[in-house]
Amino acid sequence: MTFLIILLVLLVFAALIQLVRVFELTGKLKGNNQDRIDFKENRFRAKLWLVFGAGYFAFIIWLIVKYGPVMLPEAASEHGATIDSVMAFNWAILFLAFAITHVLLFYFASKYYWMPNRKADYITHNNKLELVWTSFPAIVLAVIIIYGLSAWNDITDEAPSNGINIELYSKQFDWTARYAGSDSTLGAANINFINTSNPLGLITPETIETRISEIEDEITKLEGDLEEAPEDGLKEEELTEKIARKNRQLNKILAYKRKNEVEPYRSADDDKLVKVEFHVPVGVPVNFQFRSQDVIHSAYMPHFRAQMNTVPGTITEFHFTPTITTAEMRQKTGNSEFNYLLLCNKICGAAHYNMQMNIIVESQEAYDKWLAEQSTFTSSETAELRNQINEQLAQN
Amino acid sequence: MATHAHEHHKESFVSKYIFTMDHKMIAKQFLVTGMFMATIGMIMSILFRIQLAWPGESFKFLTFFLGEKWAPGGVLDPNMYLALGTIHGTIMVFFLLTAGLSGTFSNLLIPLQIGARDMASGFMNMLSYWFFFTASVIMLVSLFVESGPAAAGWTVYPPLSALPQAIPGSGLGMTLWLVSMTLFIASQLIGGLNYIVTIVNLRTKGMTMTRLPLTMWALLVTAILGLLSFPVLLSAALLLVFDRMFGTSFYLSDIYIAGEALENSGGSPILYQHLFWFLGHPEVYIILLPALGLTSEIISNNSRKPIFGYRAMIGSILAIGFLSFIVWGHHMFVTGMDPFIGAVFTFTTLLIAIPSAVKAFNYITTLWKGNIRFTPAMMFSVAMVSTFISGGLTGIILADSALDINLHDTYFVVAHFHIVMGLSAVLAMFAGVYHWYPKMYGRMLNMKLGYAHFWLTFVSGYGVFFPMHFLGLAGVPRRYYTNSEFPLFDAFIDMNVLMTVFAIVGSAAQVIFFFNFFYSMVRGPKASQNPWQANSLEWTTPVEHIHGNWPGALPEVHRWAYDYSKPGKDEDFVPQTVPLAEGETDGEH
Repeated sequence: MTFLIILLVLLVFAALIQLVRVFELTGKLKGNNQDRIDFKENRFRAKLWLVFGAGYFAFIIWLIVKYGPVMLPEAASEHGATIDSVMAFNWAILFLAFAITHVLLFYFASKYYWMPNRKADYITHNNKLELVWTSFPAIVLAVIIIYGLSAWNDITDEAPSNGINIELYSKQFDWTARYAGSDSTLGAANINFINTSNPLGLITPETIETRISEIEDEITKLEGDLEEAPEDGLKEEELTEKIARKNRQLNKILAYKRKNEVEPYRSADDDKLVKVEFHVPVGVPVNFQFRSQDVIHSAYMPHFRAQMNTVPGTITEFHFTPTITTAEMRQKTGNSEFNYLLLCNKICGAAHYNMQMNIIVESQEAYDKWLAEQSTFTSSETAELRNQINEQLAQN
Repeated sequence: MATHAHEHHKESFVSKYIFTMDHKMIAKQFLVTGMFMATIGMIMSILFRIQLAWPGESFKFLTFFLGEKWAPGGVLDPNMYLALGTIHGTIMVFFLLTAGLSGTFSNLLIPLQIGARDMASGFMNMLSYWFFFTASVIMLVSLFVESGPAAAGWTVYPPLSALPQAIPGSGLGMTLWLVSMTLFIASQLIGGLNYIVTIVNLRTKGMTMTRLPLTMWALLVTAILGLLSFPVLLSAALLLVFDRMFGTSFYLSDIYIAGEALENSGGSPILYQHLFWFLGHPEVYIILLPALGLTSEIISNNSRKPIFGYRAMIGSILAIGFLSFIVWGHHMFVTGMDPFIGAVFTFTTLLIAIPSAVKAFNYITTLWKGNIRFTPAMMFSVAMVSTFISGGLTGIILADSALDINLHDTYFVVAHFHIVMGLSAVLAMFAGVYHWYPKMYGRMLNMKLGYAHFWLTFVSGYGVFFPMHFLGLAGVPRRYYTNSEFPLFDAFIDMNVLMTVFAIVGSAAQVIFFFNFFYSMVRGPKASQNPWQANSLEWTTPVEHIHGNWPGALPEVHRWAYDYSKPGKDEDFVPQTVPLAEGETDGEH
């Protein structure tokens, strides 16, 4: 196989060498000098620009006809409709600019080919013309800028207070949606609280206690290993460093605990975590906050014309109002399996290409029913029990 | 100086071809190294395009190229897919279109077009090449490390690029990437300083700034942009090195990865993006301006007509250069940046469309009523005007922050920058090579092969990148190993095949170019002194390269470089060295 490929490459080269020889010989026969141009050939090349131009436009039209129908369906959010009209406006201008400049380019290229006894016009500049084609784009751009920025200002305006609060949390390589629960606020969270049963690192009295005992156990185990490790070895150094790190982490969590006793954190007890699919009600503003566990991801919801990066160490925000339910969109697209999607749109590692969640837009009633079925982060029995104990403590 | 030029001293092979301080030889070194790197970048793109067209299908030769680890059973590994994209981008943007393009033509043309014996500092010029060469070698070495080359995308955003736990490519491969880029930046700074000093100080008698060919203006502004922006990339890279190796937290905060909460706190990954794009956006013009400079010269020469609006062209170059420093935020509209700042960046970015439009109109008007000779260089140049317009217009959409929300990081962006920056600059670079090959090697390239190369390259260029607009508008994200996880994107399976076929054809066409390039070096017909009947000074030097460029005194310049088809002259060109006749006016009058 490799041999064949090498043979093929050699053959191609040999053919090229022969081809060049033929070119050179025929050139000599015609009395062609490389410095001089052949009028007919040059005219032919000029006319080829028309052919190319036609082909280019045909290609674009073919693409529009073939793939136009599989573009994104109409925007399913309030601001998305605005974005779509800004887009349509821009396209109209750009198509026009594209067509005019390209027609002129290919037309001039094909028309003004070299003729032996003609001289080009000596035109160096034309102030009037230049003023027109500088100021005209400037005016058009001013309109584009004003239209675009007024849309941008609306979209990025303060989040409405009557909206529901949802957090989208990213990690390699999946999403979790967190609902604010009965208190309408998303509970506090920190990376030091993350463990298998608490993937978002939510802070509740229970998770504080769990983490303290977990880390204490880890330290005890590491100290045991340290005793067994040979002295002055690399292993000892590594273990000492690990223990120090665990102790620092423990201190951070203890600080959280003390602070929580004085002034409790925003409660995460009633938060609801869902994976694979999340629901939103139609016609109600959804205020998203985004957090990330490891690297930058990007929450991309193309059908709603919505996107925001999720950045470790920072909370980012975006809000929109869905306008079309999933059922309605299935009807409109004629696709009974249609689903709104959340994709990852910032390179984040090996499985970046498959980080998705379905979004279901439904009526308020259906949404309320669905949300009620989801379990809270801290089970209601646990919370109840804790409240009883607290009350008793307060009474004593 | 003049006597020095006459000296004929025997040179050793090493001082003539390797550690040379002659700008003409250094230009060839940059060109050949750039071509070599580009070939590797191009082959990489074929490998990942094959995966995109036929995801999951087994191709035995992938295992042959990449080994069992990165292409088990002939199927590309997702990490290797990302690594190929990363190195492809790095090589094309920096090694081909920055060093390969302006390295070649700044070195070749600056002394020749301004009438200087050589660069201001031949030694620094040599150093610039060897830093670049070393950077290239290290980048290539990084392909062979156990954990794979850098894979966080060519922009290497942390935390992905900072944490080996996040992706294997962020191990040793990323370290080598940073070392290579550091050397590369040193090369750019040394070279850039030299270009600026040379253009400003070493112009021959009569070569005023407003008589400089537009290539010189473009290369001058390019060098200034590089000098002001590359140091910022260096600082970004150094801080990343600190975060990776010394436990600092410039870019890292609140990260839990591989079962462990990291202790980094208080840093911001967004800071990196600001630093990166402060270079990254001027970088686009570091690539594009030389391309525009070369084509200005070629289009005017082959239209046998002065470039239309010479002063407007200079003004546009300066305006683009200035604006390119205050637009970087348009890469970051969806990072959670303050919306007001986003609005400011939208405004400044869209302003760039004005000088760009002026340039496009000037090109088209230069063709108008010309007497056009379609040499291969001219074909490439006209094609470049088309890609510059096609790709530039979609930039207006992406610059609009409201529209960018839905198109950010989709294939629409890939289409936009590959057409406006990639294709335009590559086409212009080919134009430059075809036009100045006689100056470089004293021989002519074969024209017929040139036309074949041109049409295959140009048509497949659009064939690969134009359909990507549609993918982007349908919401297909870039840097996806496969789209097959989303039934929504199934409609584009055949489009991906089409693009890959074009990519393969376009790449195969480069074999024609390589053949022509090396064959003509030895067997091409001997070039005459001024084969294109051009005005600028480089064509007054002898065909045989000599140290000091001109055998006698330096030429004296009496007019601008664009007196083509001037009324009252017998020939349709008047070299810059011809004194003005009685009552004749110079330049744009």
